[in-house]
Amino acid sequence: MRRQSRAALLSLTILSFAVASRADDRNPLAGDAKAAKAGEYEFRINCALCHGLGAHGGGRGPDLTRAQKRHAHSDSDMFQIINNGIPGTAMPANGTNGQGVGMTEEEIWQIIAYIRSVEVKATATQGNAAHGKELFYGDANCSLCHMVEGKGGRVGPDLSTVGESRTREALIESVRNPSRRLAWGLTESNKEFAQEYETVTAVTQDGKQIKGVAINEDSFSVQIMDMGEQLHFLEKDKLKSFQKSRDSAMPKYDADVLSDKVLEDVLAFLVSAGAK
Amino acid sequence: MKKMRNARKIRLDRTMNLTTKIYRNRPWKSGPSRAASAVLAVMAFRPRVSRLKPLVIRTGERGAEAPLFHGHIPPALIKHLVLLIACAFSISAPAQVTFERLLNSAKEPQNWMTYSGDYSGKRFSGLDQINTTNASKITAKWVYQTGATGKIETTPLVVNGILYATAQDDRAFALDARTGRPIWMYQRQLPGDIRPCCGRVNRGVAILGDKVFLGTLDAHLIALDAKTGNVVWDVNSADYSTGHSFTVAPLAVKNLIIIGISGGEYGVRGFIDAYDADSGERKWRLYTVPGPGEPGHDSWAGDSWKVGGAPAWNTGTYDPATNQLFWPTGNPSPSNRGEGREGDNLYSNSLLAINADTGKLNWHFQFTKHDEHDWDPTQIPILIDKDGKKLIAQANRNGFFYVLDRTNGKLISATAYGKQTWSDTKDAEGRPIAKKEASPTLEGHTVCPGALGTTNWYPPAYDPQTGLFYVTSRDQCDIFSTAPQPYEAGHAFYGSAYFPSEEARPYFGFLKAIDPATGEVKWKFQHTTPTWSGVLSTAGGLVFSGDAEGNFIAFDAASGKPLWHFQMGSAVYAAPMAFAVDGKEYLAIASGSAIYAFGLP
Repeated sequence: MRRQSRAALLSLTILSFAVASRADDRNPLAGDAKAAKAGEYEFRINCALCHGLGAHGGGRGPDLTRAQKRHAHSDSDMFQIINNGIPGTAMPANGTNGQGVGMTEEEIWQIIAYIRSVEVKATATQGNAAHGKELFYGDANCSLCHMVEGKGGRVGPDLSTVGESRTREALIESVRNPSRRLAWGLTESNKEFAQEYETVTAVTQDGKQIKGVAINEDSFSVQIMDMGEQLHFLEKDKLKSFQKSRDSAMPKYDADVLSDKVLEDVLAFLVSAGAK
Repeated sequence: MKKMRNARKIRLDRTMNLTTKIYRNRPWKSGPSRAASAVLAVMAFRPRVSRLKPLVIRTGERGAEAPLFHGHIPPALIKHLVLLIACAFSISAPAQVTFERLLNSAKEPQNWMTYSGDYSGKRFSGLDQINTTNASKITAKWVYQTGATGKIETTPLVVNGILYATAQDDRAFALDARTGRPIWMYQRQLPGDIRPCCGRVNRGVAILGDKVFLGTLDAHLIALDAKTGNVVWDVNSADYSTGHSFTVAPLAVKNLIIIGISGGEYGVRGFIDAYDADSGERKWRLYTVPGPGEPGHDSWAGDSWKVGGAPAWNTGTYDPATNQLFWPTGNPSPSNRGEGREGDNLYSNSLLAINADTGKLNWHFQFTKHDEHDWDPTQIPILIDKDGKKLIAQANRNGFFYVLDRTNGKLISATAYGKQTWSDTKDAEGRPIAKKEASPTLEGHTVCPGALGTTNWYPPAYDPQTGLFYVTSRDQCDIFSTAPQPYEAGHAFYGSAYFPSEEARPYFGFLKAIDPATGEVKWKFQHTTPTWSGVLSTAGGLVFSGDAEGNFIAFDAASGKPLWHFQMGSAVYAAPMAFAVDGKEYLAIASGSAIYAFGLP
């Protein structure tokens, strides 16, 4: 009896070891077209909210059709990320986003099979990254508001990783028509920061006008960074007026300001920075 | 009369002193301490005490007054007896929450003894010490950190100065309501593979007699001793591995504990259960999806009824006059794909009128037939008596505000109270019916409200003074797309995916005050972003709610003007409640993983 239970314990240990080590292996469902199809539906239910239909990236989550991924290099990396999330980002751990239920191990592998099935090799960048960098920090004035790798302005979002995480189409849209879609904040379940970079104008009782972007806001207060990178913490009921606009503080870069060819160079710079 | 009330209050206060003292002296969960033994010794006197019940015990500044007593007992013994009786009364009698007390909860506004405050679901507190004239002075009184991670969706109960609440992973606890100091904490040892939808949450306990009742994420109903948190009984309702769970606060009616199952995300067959409060024995079960041979069964194609959903995951209300429970049901499964479950899918998305003694269905009203948008209307239906009419009103997740005659389930009105695009016609009864093109497609298309609904589980309130119905609402549209999925036991069974529609950004969240007579929105307060907070109204002319940015806010119930707010540091996913101890009014609400209490300085 005792020996039996010891044997049972041993096999349990081996079993749990096997389960634990599965995540270190290559996807057991790799190349399985049926699993990839099931994964497509799982992806819609669990991932597409941020990563978009077809895994092409949404406003919040990176484009996963790229072969080169910032956080996940192997299938096992991807499994760990889906299961545990990425701390400090909007990527939640499996089953913790507060909406919907968690996925089983098999379902996670199905999703990985699906992502692998839609991956495309990155097309060779047409632009000249070195020239793009020059423009970013120079004539195009991007760095007045945006930072890449610790250098640049603070009023707009940090663009160090944007080249890797957003689709080409999304990047072009952000330059050509910045008001079309403001930056998306974190998901609702952990929305400490609105992070939408809405343009705000506040007028204090003494008539002083403060114009900038909303760093954060609630019904009673607003935290603003003005165009001179000064922070202002204001109570709304003490203001003469407060206005909020979804017109981005960023100017539109039309083709006559930044030609398609030159834009390619800027994109090449962002993509090369994001790949680091 | 007033004097009598004061005398009673003092006695209750003494109760608090005694109970807290006893538990403070008690070593944490070890064997019976000397103090506890003393309690047991006193308990042994209970039969004699109850015989002596006519005694009036007054405790005041000068100590215990000798009661009127006819008998030949030496004065010293009398003194001793009085002390014993005082103990026995203090410890057992006032803590007993009887059905009688629940029926008459309006008579003791200092206590909040059931999830929605009373059986009618009004979530209205009769306390008015905190009111429109002094709301600006409200201040934080205490914070209790549960140590749990995630969000708390609980509504605390308060009985005689003890606050009972719950937190993630089926924690239940009792606190000294004046100080926030814990009396006991219970935590369920949950299996590793439970299947909750939408967070490991719990919405609160029920209390009856000397027991507190907790539904768990592994589908058990547990009775805990109200003074110790010890498990009195534990019954299993259903198999958690197939997606059954309890998140709802149970409802105590007569000697029954009523509870509804969750699991619409897993294709469970929904039910509402009633258990004997003393023994835990199941007295009845009402399946919300009728089986073969039962009326309504033919509203399901083929075998789809077996995984039909229609869970009952929010607390219903009760009308003692007709002994009827009014319990709302959730979506049919899979939630966003109607293919395979052709038909009306009874009794999903319905309001059920149930005989509380037998579980027999008296009538039903289906809000959304054959729902394909996860608009499960489990929102609390509130009983309103107006101009001699017996009404029941619900602000529904599908964007319509429904008023029904609760004597027969006939619809009186259905009025849109938020942004909706799914219905532009009504049937002969006046029920909004879905446009054909509102159905989700494989490619996906935009419908309002989104899957989170115009409102959700968070409780509304009704203020009989203003005659207004207060509800948290959201204007958001989603792209609904289907994702064909076969049913597999214990696996998510949505048949769908939905995404916030980019065109609809930003989304708006509101607190709205609706006139049930007309369905008209009398005032609305726009939050910075949508919130998951419920609402409380009080006799002080105030409405309380929380926001997603972490504020707890007091509004003028008549105008919607915010009068006060406090930043709690985390988004609110719970509903506030009010209570009083020592004659002082408090408000309590959960935020982050803590319970906050507020009062006047």
